[in-house]
Amino acid sequence: MHELGIVFYVIDAVKKACEENKASKVSKVTLEIGEVSSVIPSYFKDCYSWAIKKEELLKDSTLDLIIVEAISFCDDCKKTYQTTKYGKTCPHCKSDNTYLVTGRDVIIKNIEVE
Amino acid sequence: MDEVRIIELKQSVFENNDKQADMLRDELKKKKVFLLNLMSAPGSGKTTTLVSLLNKLKDDYKIGVMEADIDSDVDTLKILKETGCKAIQLHTGGMCHLDASMTKQGLDNFDYSDLDLIILENVGNLVCPAEFDTGASKNCMILSVPEGDDKPLKYPLMFEVSDLVIINKIDVLPYFNFNIEKCKANILKRNPKAKIVEISALKGEGIDALVTILKDEINNWRNK
Repeated sequence: MHELGIVFYVIDAVKKACEENKASKVSKVTLEIGEVSSVIPSYFKDCYSWAIKKEELLKDSTLDLIIVEAISFCDDCKKTYQTTKYGKTCPHCKSDNTYLVTGRDVIIKNIEVE
Repeated sequence: MDEVRIIELKQSVFENNDKQADMLRDELKKKKVFLLNLMSAPGSGKTTTLVSLLNKLKDDYKIGVMEADIDSDVDTLKILKETGCKAIQLHTGGMCHLDASMTKQGLDNFDYSDLDLIILENVGNLVCPAEFDTGASKNCMILSVPEGDDKPLKYPLMFEVSDLVIINKIDVLPYFNFNIEKCKANILKRNPKAKIVEISALKGEGIDALVTILKDEINNWRNK
């Protein structure tokens, strides 16, 4: 839902990395998107394509999104399970005493520059 | 063509916001300014609750209000007119939430050194504001009766991050299929530490209880 804000954040971070590494052109940006990060990949791509048009450094870059599966851990039976399938309730022991281990974050993995 | 290089960033988008939020929280703590982040769905009565609350708190605290909306200044004008408290409008420019850096920018444009309580009225939305720590001292959310008692199950994160949950519009309970005990159980299932208060901002019911809870929260925070 907040794809545009994250796109702007990513663009700023990439520009900063280019400045530090004296790069003049970005050809590819790779992000890891958590399954429950509330970022929808297709919206994100649309926002990205729109936003980079105004950025000299990034305007020809491609975007690679790697989806990271959401996994929760049950503190009662100490097992993990797929969050998107079972939500807050552990499918092994039906406990609600669970927490998310991976899948909420959005991470800028790396950028390919020239 | 120059050679192609890969620069590893491994930079988390949310982690960075969390860092900025912690910095802002520390800064506000040093300045002894309590920042309350008020969240809810559109139309749950944030501004009406705020007006009732401000009129009961303004003799004891120097209060400022930051109104965050996608557009318009109706809320700010209402706060100014009905409470006389210092208020500014933030426009998020289409964004669905406020993050820590936007909150800081808002504060920097707002001379708050003489204030001791700032209330941030976040964008009306039960999803995104819960994802982004604003740097507030405490989070508060409003759930109104017409929205339904199942909302804590549908928007779990919002209830997990809220220290205080206000159930508003209890004056219309007879007209809705809303089970208040079930709602409270649903909230506590998501967040066993949440404080819950029932009010009708329009009729004034429960506002005194809310004022007491807030004053306790502010005192505990000051003494920590």
